Amino acid sequence: MMKYMNKSIKELHDLLLSGKVTSDELVKESLERSHEIQDKCNAFVTILDDAKGVKVTDNLLSGIPYGVKDNYSTKDILSTGSSNTLKDYVPFFDATAVKKLNDAGAIKVNKTAMDEFGMGGTGTTAHTGVQRNPWDLSRMCAGSSSGSAAAVAAGVYPYALGSDTGDSIRKPAAYCGIVGYKPTYGMISRYGLFAFASSLDHCGVLTRSVLDAAIVVDNMKGIDENDMTSWDSSKIHLADACTGKVDNMKLCYIKEIVDPAKYKNASKELKEHLDNFYKTIEKCRSLGFVVDEVSVDEDLLKALPSVYVVISCAEATSNMSNLTGIVFGPRGKGDNYIDMMKDHRTKGFSPLIKRRFVIGSYVLQKENQERYFKNAQRVRRLLVDRWKEIFKDYDAVILPVGSGPAKHLDGSLDILNKDTAVLEEHLQIGNFGGFPSITIPNGFVSNLPVGVNITGNCYEDEKVLNIAYALESAMDYKGQYVEEVK
Amino acid sequence: MTKYLAKIGLEMHCEVSETKTKVFSAARNEYSGSPNTNVRPLDMGFPGTLPVVNKEAVRLALMASIILNCKQPKYIYFERKNYYYPDMPKNFQITQETKPIPVGIYGEVTYECDDELKKVRVNNIHLEEDAASLDHFYDTSNIDYNRAGVPLLELVTEPDIHSAKEAVAFLEHMRSVYQYAGISEADSKKGQIRCDVNVSLMDASLDETDPNNWGTRAEIKNINSFGGVRDAINYEIERQTEILENGDEVLQETRRWDEESGTTIRMRSKVDAIDYKYFVEPNIPKYKVTKEWLDEIKASIPELAWNRKQKYINEYGLSSYDAGVLVKEKDISDYFEECVKLGIDVKQAANWVSVNIIGELNKEDILIKDFYLTPEMLKQIIDAVNKGILSSKQAKEVFNKAILEKKEPKNFISKDNAQISDKGELTKIVVEILDNNQEQIVQYKGGRDNIFDYFVGQVMKMTRGKANPVLTKEILHDELDKR
Repeated sequence: MMKYMNKSIKELHDLLLSGKVTSDELVKESLERSHEIQDKCNAFVTILDDAKGVKVTDNLLSGIPYGVKDNYSTKDILSTGSSNTLKDYVPFFDATAVKKLNDAGAIKVNKTAMDEFGMGGTGTTAHTGVQRNPWDLSRMCAGSSSGSAAAVAAGVYPYALGSDTGDSIRKPAAYCGIVGYKPTYGMISRYGLFAFASSLDHCGVLTRSVLDAAIVVDNMKGIDENDMTSWDSSKIHLADACTGKVDNMKLCYIKEIVDPAKYKNASKELKEHLDNFYKTIEKCRSLGFVVDEVSVDEDLLKALPSVYVVISCAEATSNMSNLTGIVFGPRGKGDNYIDMMKDHRTKGFSPLIKRRFVIGSYVLQKENQERYFKNAQRVRRLLVDRWKEIFKDYDAVILPVGSGPAKHLDGSLDILNKDTAVLEEHLQIGNFGGFPSITIPNGFVSNLPVGVNITGNCYEDEKVLNIAYALESAMDYKGQYVEEVK
Repeated sequence: MTKYLAKIGLEMHCEVSETKTKVFSAARNEYSGSPNTNVRPLDMGFPGTLPVVNKEAVRLALMASIILNCKQPKYIYFERKNYYYPDMPKNFQITQETKPIPVGIYGEVTYECDDELKKVRVNNIHLEEDAASLDHFYDTSNIDYNRAGVPLLELVTEPDIHSAKEAVAFLEHMRSVYQYAGISEADSKKGQIRCDVNVSLMDASLDETDPNNWGTRAEIKNINSFGGVRDAINYEIERQTEILENGDEVLQETRRWDEESGTTIRMRSKVDAIDYKYFVEPNIPKYKVTKEWLDEIKASIPELAWNRKQKYINEYGLSSYDAGVLVKEKDISDYFEECVKLGIDVKQAANWVSVNIIGELNKEDILIKDFYLTPEMLKQIIDAVNKGILSSKQAKEVFNKAILEKKEPKNFISKDNAQISDKGELTKIVVEILDNNQEQIVQYKGGRDNIFDYFVGQVMKMTRGKANPVLTKEILHDELDKR
């Protein structure tokens, strides 16, 4: 029976300060719950059974357990990126974000499983196997932050770190009924995050409330001399910005993405999901938001998935060239270094990743680069420009996450529908532009949670979180978790 | 003289040695004998590491760009060059391509070859990271990551060079530029300079300015010394001449210079050219190069060899040859200037540095910064000569002794060393010697002139070498005539 790990950070902090619970007790409960959830959901690569409580300070995170996605470099702790290529890799340095949380007194209790190196949206490609959704073990968590989402939703701790290159924090958050937040590009240093696609990669967090997300990122963010794309956010105070005052703020949604008329063959779940979205829109209006429908060129939107594939695969194929098994990782067999590298990479990577490397190499080839890679960058620019134009008139864009609740792990049970491609992938615009973007739960479809996303302009994280905070406060899903995983 | 004109282009790689740290990592940029001591996680490509640009390296690269009369970019970008090789742990090199433009494009350099001024157009100069160094053994290879990530400047010329001699003169000019500007020690013994050379032959009777008349070029990679550049070019000109003479076609290919055999060996043809899949490095935001910054860099360019040489000729009255010898290595020129600053006579300083000191450096195969005798110590010797305390022969002895025993020259200079230049005193000695050698006087008078040297020797023996030799001879002649 859970006593503490289903609570919010603020509640836990108060309990710790008042002496009603000790940090050691929290760690013990979190570890026990980790093992329980590991059996059901396979959420972890490593459970840190020797984790200990610490002295509680004024810092809200001190003494409280949390989880770290396995693509963050953690000193002296196995960090695999859920890949066989790094199955025994123990780094000798901490990622900056992890170091900052250590300094805050937060306690790592596990490393969470993920789609291999973040390249996947299903939570089914980790070298340790599939992550199962705690709400329904026959469903997926989505990915790539699958283990983090499952663990937070199952009440292992109040938060876990994620990374987001396409929607890898925000989609699993929706499928698992929790909050997923990726701040503006560069607000959290990427130093120590295993690179997937550097221009799209973001660090972020999965929590059960907007305020918790704000508190955690307040502690993770900051300019870092090891990451040239990081910037000084010392004047930004996310938790303080969550006031709930949103009078006269303007939101919009994109007609071409959520118009039910676009989805002639919509499944029951999709219909309910869209209905639920419009109910949320009404709720926004009742809170005092102005909400408008905005139109975006459909051709531009349709290009979105391809743009993402081209850019992310191109950068990934280069970023992951360091995985050769020579300096680190299991040494491949062969008579010379080329054969050794080939052996390491052939055995180490899953077929999905290899396919993406082939695409990445292809689009970067001299004769293809103009047609694919450069064009993808141009369309990325067009999409970002369009969204920035929208942000001139609106404080944020609000859209549903995905085309319904979590998909079945047995894919044959889901109706594949090409029409929903943009609905499934629009969160990638947040990565194209580096926009602050947060997903919060907004209801249930087929007894499974669904989510809504709020995305704002760069550096306006305070505004985006406050909007999410206000909306969250008007709904019943704040802090929800799965008590009994069946 | 021949029916073919060689067109030679150079790619000169020079490590930037004068930054504290590497170009994208915080590891020390320092030549070190012990392998893998200057290494940070990025240099070995550990997951999660990110490049951070060393601003000083960019500043020095822009300085080189300005000196080469290149155009500088509005923004600094870096790009990734993707290829797998064991000396590149990330398996991509962060470099600069021509689009977006690197630290410099379209420049021109004037250099001297056989007292003649020549011009070479610069296609571009760019800043990149060096690779690790490899040592190959019988059945194993060792990797030293000290060099991985050291800033490297690659200078690419147009094929405006026509002979091995010009190529070497150009490279020597550039080495001097890098040394004088404080960009690099440019020491090829430390592997800091490496060259790729491309060579093509064209019909010498055709118009050289029309690229249509140019021949097919072969590129020769990885030459580690200027001597190697010279030999490789000469070999390649000979090889291509032979092909053309046989009526065959030169193939566009990449070749390797093999020092041992003194030949170039085919590596790959154009069709096998590697596709490096360049793209802009996403972890390094573009960086604005302001006019103010460029002005500041320009103002900080030190006096270069060419300017010093002119100063030595016009202000110090040295010959063009002597001035050339003195400015060839910056550290030597600095030593000479220090001597002048200390008040040593310019001509004496020039003579000592260009003859005795350079001779000693060459003999011992050391650099002047490792040379024991400082300008202050040299001054002790020269002052003693000027005061007549030391003869020039003695001065040389003191010089050698000081170096050998690593003790200041003043320890070997004393009043006892002083020459006997007193005519009265010397005359007394000469008379005494002649009185005691009547027989030899008879022989001398009988026509045996070499007896004269015998008398000089006796005087030197008696004075333990301190007799002023000119004066001694004078007195000897006078006294012998009297008898």
